Parts: sequence; C-alpha cells; structure tokens
Amino acid sequence: MYKIVEKDQIAPNTHLVTVEAPLVVHRARPGQFVIVMVDERSERIPYTLSGWNKEDGTITFVFNEVGRSTRKLVDCREGDSIYSVVGPLGVPLETGKVGTVVCAGGCYGIGAIVPAARAFREAGNRVISIIEARTAYLLYMEKENEDACDELIVATGDGSRGMKGFAPEAIRMLLERGEQIDEVVAMGCTFMAKTVSDATRDKQIKTIVSLSPIMVDGTGMCGCCRLDVGGETKFACVDGPFFDGHKVDWGVLSARGAAYFKQERDSIEYSYAGVRR
Amino acid sequence: MSEQPKRPRKPVLKMVPMPEQPPEVRRRNYREVPLGYSPEQAMEEASRCLQCKNRPCVSGCPVGINIPGFIKAIADGDFRKAITVLKHDNTLPAVCGRVCPQSEQCQARCVLGKKGDPVAIGNLERFIADWERREGGMEVPELAPPTGKKVAVVGSGPAGLTVAADCVRNGHAVTVFEALHQLGGVLRYGIPEFRMPKEILDAEVGMLEKMGVEFRTDAVIGPMLSVKDLLGQFDAVYLGLGAGLPYFMGIPGENLAGVYSANEYLTRSNLMKAYLFPQYDTPIIRGRRVAVIGGGNVAMDSARTALRLGAEDVYVVYRRSRKEMPARDEEIEHAYQEGIDFHLLREPTRILGDDHGNVVGMEVIKMRLGEPDSSGRHRPIPIPGTEYAIELDVVVSALGNGANSLLTKLTPELETNRRGNIIADPETAATSIKRVYAGGDIVRGAATVILAMGDGRRAARAIHEYLTNS
Repeated sequence: MYKIVEKDQIAPNTHLVTVEAPLVVHRARPGQFVIVMVDERSERIPYTLSGWNKEDGTITFVFNEVGRSTRKLVDCREGDSIYSVVGPLGVPLETGKVGTVVCAGGCYGIGAIVPAARAFREAGNRVISIIEARTAYLLYMEKENEDACDELIVATGDGSRGMKGFAPEAIRMLLERGEQIDEVVAMGCTFMAKTVSDATRDKQIKTIVSLSPIMVDGTGMCGCCRLDVGGETKFACVDGPFFDGHKVDWGVLSARGAAYFKQERDSIEYSYAGVRR
Repeated sequence: MSEQPKRPRKPVLKMVPMPEQPPEVRRRNYREVPLGYSPEQAMEEASRCLQCKNRPCVSGCPVGINIPGFIKAIADGDFRKAITVLKHDNTLPAVCGRVCPQSEQCQARCVLGKKGDPVAIGNLERFIADWERREGGMEVPELAPPTGKKVAVVGSGPAGLTVAADCVRNGHAVTVFEALHQLGGVLRYGIPEFRMPKEILDAEVGMLEKMGVEFRTDAVIGPMLSVKDLLGQFDAVYLGLGAGLPYFMGIPGENLAGVYSANEYLTRSNLMKAYLFPQYDTPIIRGRRVAVIGGGNVAMDSARTALRLGAEDVYVVYRRSRKEMPARDEEIEHAYQEGIDFHLLREPTRILGDDHGNVVGMEVIKMRLGEPDSSGRHRPIPIPGTEYAIELDVVVSALGNGANSLLTKLTPELETNRRGNIIADPETAATSIKRVYAGGDIVRGAATVILAMGDGRRAARAIHEYLTNS
C-alpha cells in the first residue's frame, strides 16, 4: 500500500497527488510515468510524474477526473493508502544540449513539463516554457514553471491571462519574433500534442510529444497502447511515451482512445446507482 | 480405505471419462469446465495403470515425475502418499494437471495408448492435488536449515515459482519480484478461470508464503531496481520474465479500436476481471461477433472467453488444418463442443474499419497445405482470388509472443540472441552475468508451463550448488 501524503485540487477538476513510493523515486527521470490502482478493482491508469523527492521518497503527479478510476483517486484523502503504484515506466525524455528548447505543457502537462524544463536547462539549453489553458483559473504551478525555465509564456484561450491563444499560437509568436527553436517538447492532451506538431511542421522543428493512450500492464506485455508512428506500430509504454509528433497517426490514437466511452459512462452510472437510491 | 478395486489381469482399454459441465451451460459461465474425478473414479482410473518396469511415461515428463508411483498410491487409496510422491518432483501439481499438454508428453508414451486410451495421468494428477487442497490439508514441506544465502527471483510465473519453492526448501531466503499487482504471471493474467480457477493459484502461492518466500508485487525489475542492484543485495538472481511481447500479423487495420492482442484480451478478463465489469472498473468490448486469429491454447482461451462475455458468434481463424493446431486436444474439443466456429485454412489479409476507426470486419483468404516445412508442419499457401469478408466487432490476435526487452535493454551485459531471448545454459540456466540465471519463456520463446517449471527446477539445482560451494 502507498500512502497519500498530499492531495489538493489545484484548479477546477485538476488534482495534485503526492504519494509515498520510495522505490519509484530511486530511478525516476523526466517524462516517466507510474501506473496506479486505487483499490483492487480499479483500472491500471498511467500518470506522468510531475515531480519526485529523493529525501522523503515521494512522487507527485497531476491529473484530471475523467472516469471511474480517476474519480476514486479524487475521493481519496490525505493519509489514505492506495493499492498499487508501479514505476518508473517509459523511456525518459532525452534532455541533452540542443540549443533553444520550447517546453509546452497543457492540462496534466503543466505539472509534468516542469522536470523536463529543469533537466533541459541543467543540460545547458535555453528553455522557453509555455503553459496553456482555456482560461486563467485553470492554470496552476505557474511559479514552479517560471523557476524551471529561462522564459515563461502563459497562454489562455480567452486571453484572461498572458497571451490569447494556446501553445501553437505561442510557438508561432516565438517564431515571428525571430526565435531560433531547436526542439519543441509537448506534454498535454492528444489534441494539444497534435496542434503543437502541426504548428512546427512547416519549419521542420524537431517536435517530441508525450502520448498517453489507454494502457493495461504498462510494461509492453499487452499492446493496448499501440500507435502508428511513421507507418510502424509502436507501444507507448515501452517505446514511448515520447514520439516524433510529425510522424504520429493521430486518427489511430484518437479512435483507440475513444474505444471505451460507453463503458466509461456505464461505470460512472453504476457507481452512482447506490447513492441515488 | 479397505475396499480396493482389484487390479484386472486384462488391460482396461477405456479411460474413466472426466465429468464436465455440459457445453450449453458452461459456454456462458466462468466456472471450471471439468469437474474432477471422485475418489472412486480416480481409483478406478489409477488401477488401469500397468506399472510398466521401464516407465515410458516418466521419460515424457519434463520434470520427471514418478508417475507410476503416485498412480499406484491412488489405486491403493493412499492419497496422502500419492501427493507426497507427486510433490517430490512437481511443486504445482494442481496447475499442471490442468494445463500440461499431457497428450504430447506422458500420456503420449503410455503403453495402454497403443491399443486403447492412455492412462489419464493429467486427470489423476489434478485429482490428487485437488484432494490435498480440499480435504487433505496442505502440509508445509520440510525445509533445510537456513543457509544464510539470499536468492532474488524476478517474475512470479511458473518458472519463478518453481525456483522459489526449490530454493526455499534448500534453506535459502527467497524474495520474488513481480511487476504486476498480483502474483502468478501467465497463470494469473493468461489462463482463464474456467480452465484453472484462481483459488488454485492462490493456494499454491499461499503455501510458498508459509514456507517463508517473500513476495513483492509492483516491483518492475529493470526500470525500478536494476539487476546490478539485486546482485548487491542477493547472492543469486533468477530471471523468469516470461515472453510478454505480443506479435501482430502486420496486416492493414491492426490498430483499429476493437483489435486486441490475446495478451490484452485475456489480461483484461483474467487479471483485471473485466468479465465482472462494472463491479470491476476495467472494461472490455463485448463483441457480438468475435474472431480469434491463431490455433494455440491462447487462441482457444480467447475464443472461449469471448463466448462467456456474451458473443453470439465466435470464429477461430487458423491458417492450417485441425491436425496442425498446436493447442491441447482437450481445449480444441471443448471449444468445438461450446459452439466455436472454426475457419480452418484461412488467413486474414486485412481488418476492416468504419469511419470512426472501429472494427467492422475482416478479409480472409483461403489456404491450401503445401510441403512440410522445417518444423514438420505443412506450409500453408494462399489460393489467389479466394478472399472474402466476415462481419465482426472484435478481433483477437493470438499469434504468440516474443521476448519483452524491458529488462534486457537496461542490462546490456546480459547476452541475448537476435530474437531478444536471454541466452542461458540449458543445464545450469547460467547467463552471461555471474550469479544471474534465467529460464522459462524469456529463454525459450513462448512455450509451456511445464517446460518453464522444468527450467526452474534445473536452475534451482544449479543455484543451490553454487551457493553451497561459495
């Protein structure tokens, strides 16, 4: 069992959880994920790490509530223990020296991009981070992001904070002002990963996206998370989660991600049935 | 028991049939299909054994069980003795009685099989193991005095459990590391409840715990702790990682939603209990029409799982004929009885999807058998122009598994062959790293539970020898 030492709703429907998992901390690197089960009946859900602390043996991740298993985690309190945490999984993000790197984070990625930006900076890169949200009150961890990069650009869809627009608009703005970008890393929902990749395609800027398809074991055994990248089948859990955004077949990713919409709804309804009666 | 059936002078050629759930009932439930012999049936079947002097059955067993010995004890009604004899060579008899390919191994060599039915060795093994669990009370075997040596076992499948059992019996302290949240490896995620109830696995694991084996779940070796880390804490390390990396055919449409590897399909159902959704949170697509590609045990398990998930039509699509199917006879027979529709001599050419990326069908081509290939099986050859489409909601690809490189990629000093399997000495299980041993599917490629156990047994012997002499 793994004890929750901190849990906070840091923005509407966005939760930060810190869990004791000393063995995961040991080798954790930027971009890696853990698979979590809240109880014996939960799904195995991957969450990308947004931080880890070697001293107290804890890991931190940020997530949105989207279905029954994420709801179970939302319902946990500080001090509760969860059933299973395994990791660190996935190939860590390569954070060598390339020059100027743009680290874009949306949704869970606003948290998850922090260690990536920090590692790129420590490797001697100039790091420009972009965090995006629909509106100002959905942003979080602005300070942490600011500390991890050389320049932080905040973008909101309605312009309520920072520039108006999302990560792709921010990247276009950077290019227009003459920024020489050597690499872009995007962590966020599939839609964000796709739009960022589209924004850098013409200029052929190396664009690495973190993808999170549905997984079961997370160790390469089941193949649930397979993707089409450049005409080849890849497993996001062991070949990824980072892929060349210009080569990803987004249709396959979206269709496989939508495979259980109906069951997800049924499951939520089932969990409410007892409450309603 | 005083009334013993008389041993007949003339060989009895007919096997005592195994009582089973009727096909029309069992095809919609998850309970075990064979019900097991009664003590009377077991003694009657055991008394058919001729007790041959040269014991051909034993030479057909990868772990060399004293088969005539335990069968004689059953015939004599001495079940306690039978289980003792059996367990001397096999740590997981309740599992092996259910999943071993007896018809190719021990039973294939039974002298009675030349004129009639071979002795039902598998049924008897299962009977005596079940008797012990249900009535006899499982006794903790005697352990050697503690040696102070520590052994790490990576993977809790059949190979790992065997190594753990043998090492702990020899007095070594054993810790088993399992990447998943539950123990058993393929016995947990792969083999369905209706073929081997999980309570059996739980009992076997519980026994090992009583013997002092320490189990650690959520422990993914490679990413979390390296082999080097383990070598720092343990005197010997055994790698029984399994062969978890599913093959796909490489045909168009394989990444559509609704196409599963058998590993995923069975893991969702068995490990995650998706058949109990929504009581359990993991969903599975309950297709009305399901096709399973392949002809092995895993294909049979997948097809029969699809039925139990409520499918109306389940097809097994296999490119050779019935005779070449690698599955156990019993599984194929059971699948037929339950109404699985076999499309033999057919090979999928592409999987068809709708505008939303969901499976709607599959195109297959008819095959004919050519000359035998190097494996002795007839090579299937497509017959041009014979393609046709079948309507489907779910496709399960059961084409076998390759080596999972999660650990080996992070352990470059560990030598592997070009397929990614760890290279280990067939006798001692020794790898290219001193004090590291390996066996089971990660060495052999996908094989059987009993072969993995045989590997584990040999490895445990070598580990014991090394630890004793060091």
